[in-house]
Amino acid sequence: MDMIAGKVKMTQQTVNTAMNPTDAIERPIRLTAKDVTVHYGQKQALHGISIQIPDRAVTSFIGPSGCGKSTFLRCINRMNDTIEGAKVGGTIKLDGEDIYAPDLDVVELRARIGMVFQKPNPFPKSIYENVAYGPKIHGLAKNKTDMDEIVVSSLRKAGLFEEVKDRLNEPGTGLSGGQQQRLCIARAIAVGPEVILMDEPCSALDPIATAIIEELIDELRENYTIVIVTHSMQQAARVSQKTAFFHLGNLIEEGVTEDIFTNPVNKQTQDYIMGRIG
Amino acid sequence: MTDTTLSNTPRALSERSQRVRDSLRRRHATEAIFKGLGIGAIVVALGFVSILFADVLSKGIPAFTQSNLHLSVTYDESVINLDPAPTRADGQSDADFRAANLAWQRSVAMLNWNSVVEASLRAAAPEGFEIDSRQIQSIAETNARHQIRDLFVANPGLLGQTVEVDVLASANADNWIKGNIDRELGDSQQQLSAPARALIDTFEENGTITSGFAWSLFSNVDSRAAPAAAGLAGAFMGSLYMMLVVIILAVPIGVASAIYLEEFAPKSRLTDLIEVNINNLAAVPSIVFGLLGAAVFINYLHLPLSAPLVGGLVLTLMTLPTIIIATRGALQGVSPALRQAALGMGASKTQMVFHHVLPVTFPSILTATIIGVAQAMGETAPLLLIGMNAFVASVPATPLDQATALPVQIYLWQGNENRNFFEARTSAAIMVLLGFMILLNAIAIYLRTRLEKRA
Repeated sequence: MDMIAGKVKMTQQTVNTAMNPTDAIERPIRLTAKDVTVHYGQKQALHGISIQIPDRAVTSFIGPSGCGKSTFLRCINRMNDTIEGAKVGGTIKLDGEDIYAPDLDVVELRARIGMVFQKPNPFPKSIYENVAYGPKIHGLAKNKTDMDEIVVSSLRKAGLFEEVKDRLNEPGTGLSGGQQQRLCIARAIAVGPEVILMDEPCSALDPIATAIIEELIDELRENYTIVIVTHSMQQAARVSQKTAFFHLGNLIEEGVTEDIFTNPVNKQTQDYIMGRIG
Repeated sequence: MTDTTLSNTPRALSERSQRVRDSLRRRHATEAIFKGLGIGAIVVALGFVSILFADVLSKGIPAFTQSNLHLSVTYDESVINLDPAPTRADGQSDADFRAANLAWQRSVAMLNWNSVVEASLRAAAPEGFEIDSRQIQSIAETNARHQIRDLFVANPGLLGQTVEVDVLASANADNWIKGNIDRELGDSQQQLSAPARALIDTFEENGTITSGFAWSLFSNVDSRAAPAAAGLAGAFMGSLYMMLVVIILAVPIGVASAIYLEEFAPKSRLTDLIEVNINNLAAVPSIVFGLLGAAVFINYLHLPLSAPLVGGLVLTLMTLPTIIIATRGALQGVSPALRQAALGMGASKTQMVFHHVLPVTFPSILTATIIGVAQAMGETAPLLLIGMNAFVASVPATPLDQATALPVQIYLWQGNENRNFFEARTSAAIMVLLGFMILLNAIAIYLRTRLEKRA
């Protein structure tokens, strides 16, 4: 226990020097979920999740496979709508506005809440077109110069510009796995979202690419509210300020990352962090 | 399983590896049998294909050459004795001039052009060769007189002059020259009389008859009176019009239905029922579509018989299920990651389909479509039921004109009574149809590889 806590502390210090861990919960609340349930047909996948997600901080969802953390993440930008037979209950509010309200346009919602998926999934188009796609469909660029600017600054923010500036017209699928994932992040940033959801963004990447993405997440925190689902407790400890532990469709415990990893209140959280369940 | 089977004693180990070896032997034997069967099947299939090709090519290639007669035709004033062609007088109305011209053409047509043909054939024959009028005329194809007449109508100044004209040798003469008829058979079994056969041989020696490429096969329409002049132009145009109708109707309707069913339609009993029906429609015999076409398009909607438009409509009905099934298959093959990426960016469902899913599936949809169209082009049975097996001696100018189609033309020639001439023509028509199909498939392959490279 001490060993893990020590390790967590160390990484916290190396990455999170800019922010006091307790800052996270003192920040204004961006997203509020209340009693969120999800049914896939007869099967209930989430049992009343209530959580508040702070602005401009990284919130991580951890838990064993099938615990519902990805399902909950997908509720936040209504990606569950696309799954046949999925039924979502409860309320999720973004800045006090119910995202499941009948008059809310899901297209607009997804422009405000971007998503990065587990497997890098760039469009089979050029790097430029990948980033330009979102601004194009949402009508964000007035002209070509505008668009160029958006593409370049998005790629810059995703830390990819220097690597790809000479081959913007080459297919995005030709990049390495880590570059592809950063391209997907650039693509998400390009529409100027307020929240970025990341569904295990590093699980298909090697350790070096993972480290680069983690650094990137830490930088993005300054401008975006980030929610990340991860399998790796070390990753949650390294990048997030707030952590929520899910188990069997329930939110077991949430709090400041430091506290969750050092002083978990719940027995199940303790067991998971100690590696006794997983 | 007992404890010994999982133990690590040397005895148990060797026993286990022995078992693995035994099972390996069985596996390899199964593989060898399967491989042998596969190779056998391919050899048999290739054998049949090569027999087919050898047969079609050996029979069809001779039909691409044809015997021509080089004749010196004299427009003899004693035969062509009529007023000069009307010239337009001052103050004559258009209608009057046309009427006068038509009357003149009618009188031209009434002349005995056969005697002109006969005279030019006799001029080419050796001095004093004894042959009667019917016999000598059987050497040139019956359309020779029309050809010579048309030259005169186009240029009335030929009167009294002698010009060189190439006409086709008759089908029987062509058979004799190509050796399609046993030369040893007696007179009673020959289609040409003895003097005619002798004269043909003489013509061949003195260069009056030469063999050349059979352009008429491509430029002429079907003909029964003049078999040697029968060609595929009408059938080819008929097929082309039908293909246009199928492409214009079946492709957009089929692809759009597939996209709707696959991407937008809610999963319900109704859509399940539709899906089952589409799959069954693909297996309906094509002749049933012909019956449907006859009942709906001809009896009910009163569209013209034998029209490529109706043929195209029937083939559209037949091709739709194929295109829908192939397109749905292609759409199902698109990775969910791409769909999620698009939706996650805030694309609407329509944008997702048209910006991302369709471009990715376009090559396979295109290939499936072209193969479906090619299949439709080779279809005969449904066309028989809507009257496209009629004898049509003109090139259709519009899809509403009477026409026939390439496969139907093959069917018609196959049944022609002049067997030893039309056997070769039939095979030649098959070669043209196959060439057309190969061209379509080549286009499909070319487009697919090109588009896949770009994607």
